[in-house]
Amino acid sequence: MEILMAFVIGILFMSATYLMLSKSLLRIIVGTGLLSHGAHMLILTMGGLKRGAAPLLGEHASSYSDPIPQALILTAIVISFGVTAFFLVLAYRAYQELGTDNMDRMRGTEGND
Amino acid sequence: MNNLIILPILIPLITGVILIFFSKNIMAQRWISAISAVITVIAASMLANHVYRDGIQTMDLSNWEAPYGITLVSDMLSSLLVLTTSIIALAALFYSFKSIGEAREKFYYYAVVNFLLVGVNGAFTTGDIFNLFVFFEVMLMSSYVLLVLGGTKIQLRESIKYILVNVISSALFVIAVAYLYSVVGTLNMAHISVRISELGDMGIITVIAVLFLIVFGLKGAIFPLYFWLPGSYYAPPAPVMALFGALLTKVGVYSITRTYTLFFYHDAGYTHQLLQILSILTIIVGAIGAIAYSDIKKIIIYNIIVAVGVILFGVSVLTPESLTGSVFYLIHDMNIKAALFLLIGIIIAITGTSDLNKISGLINGYPALGWTFFIAALALAGIPPLSGFAGKIMLIRSGFENESYLGAFVVLMSSLLVLFSVMKIFIRGFWGTPRAYKNEEKAPVKWLLIAPAVLTAFAVLYGFGTEAIYPVISNAAETLANPEIYINAVLKE
Repeated sequence: MEILMAFVIGILFMSATYLMLSKSLLRIIVGTGLLSHGAHMLILTMGGLKRGAAPLLGEHASSYSDPIPQALILTAIVISFGVTAFFLVLAYRAYQELGTDNMDRMRGTEGND
Repeated sequence: MNNLIILPILIPLITGVILIFFSKNIMAQRWISAISAVITVIAASMLANHVYRDGIQTMDLSNWEAPYGITLVSDMLSSLLVLTTSIIALAALFYSFKSIGEAREKFYYYAVVNFLLVGVNGAFTTGDIFNLFVFFEVMLMSSYVLLVLGGTKIQLRESIKYILVNVISSALFVIAVAYLYSVVGTLNMAHISVRISELGDMGIITVIAVLFLIVFGLKGAIFPLYFWLPGSYYAPPAPVMALFGALLTKVGVYSITRTYTLFFYHDAGYTHQLLQILSILTIIVGAIGAIAYSDIKKIIIYNIIVAVGVILFGVSVLTPESLTGSVFYLIHDMNIKAALFLLIGIIIAITGTSDLNKISGLINGYPALGWTFFIAALALAGIPPLSGFAGKIMLIRSGFENESYLGAFVVLMSSLLVLFSVMKIFIRGFWGTPRAYKNEEKAPVKWLLIAPAVLTAFAVLYGFGTEAIYPVISNAAETLANPEIYINAVLKE
């Protein structure tokens, strides 16, 4: 199971890298979304995918799945939500102000002489 | 147990929350943030004093014992960095009152600065690797807002690049933590160190060490990963630039120092060799950038990169003396970079430009500014009685003693180029024929000069008081050189 997940996560990282190297700003943001999906799935996989009950003490099971990676993912998810929302609004403002979403045209001359 | 540890994190957090409610009342914003910054400085100095007298202080949040809960750890290094951060924040806030402008102040500027301090102080104090990630994000989110606040074209453009780089490096941080967790099965930094030394020499640990170097190198701007910094730090106004230049990269440098002295010291032949090569290249690249530009902001920005390289060279040599030199240089550099950014902010406020070709003869109208800048420039380069000297001499000597001749030589030569780059600002900007500048009447130079002058005075005192402060610094380096002290303090065996 972990091997399969590793391949899936690898494909996610591959797509994210490809998208983030493109010219359009929206494709880059989609790339960051895929990158954070990959990272979150990686935490889950690295915590181990052995069978066990959901981490609820009411289940009275003999073994539970590891709760720590789930808490870490939950934290990482809300953080990446916040950052992505900010990034999207920034992209919208930049589109209004600069009139382009092409990264090649977002060059400044000030200070980069 | 000591609740003093959490005060430098808690005070800015509560202040930031309170400030959200008074966003339109600028005087209240200024007073509240100034008072809270003073209280933070007092709390941080009490903490540093406490750590110096009684050894490492730890605090298990919610009374969960060490490896299971989050532990805040304040050793000498982190308490000194928290104190330096608080002082710089106070100076930058004081400078902001007259320079940042009403429009920014009404849009939560002071609240966001306080949240930035929460992130920085938290990152210096935490003893948990995932909590470090969270404090990094607190710091980065505030820095995104501070970078873009105002919404000019250059800020929007550079924010996009800055956020993209940091989103990628944060994802890499999560990945690195996931790998480390799968190998050692714990998140507490002291416990990770114990588990890694039990595992012994495993290839995967070296791989994770290099991954952490990439992550923190992206935050701290080391050689192949510094490309985002010159553009991003060029965009914001002077006090924000001072906060960024003094604090943000140094958190990355601190994290490299912490992980490479606490976790990954077993296969030092590979990892520390790599760190050494990268730090030498960082110094060279930074020095080239510093002498290449005739733009005062760019010159100081590239000097940040030089300093990052110098500090990490000391960490890579990994002897007690080189670590002492690194800590000496780290604190000196935070202080002097804040002073220099605030000083060039005044120059820009007077002249309305950062192009050195359009500035000359400032010493006639502004002698105090000129001589403060001169002292700060000498301190940056490490001229003997001033603050940059003691750290650099220790780094160079330990470099020669450990046969890192090339590195020691590069550190030595970098001082010359750094001195050249800042003296270029002094000679071309302050000497020569005076000119008339459009903002000359409006700029409140006397008020603005107070904060950088105090920071420069600190640099002078730090240089003259090297003997007095040496025991404190060597105490910090001793913990870095002997991770057992840290581990025993946290796990209380």
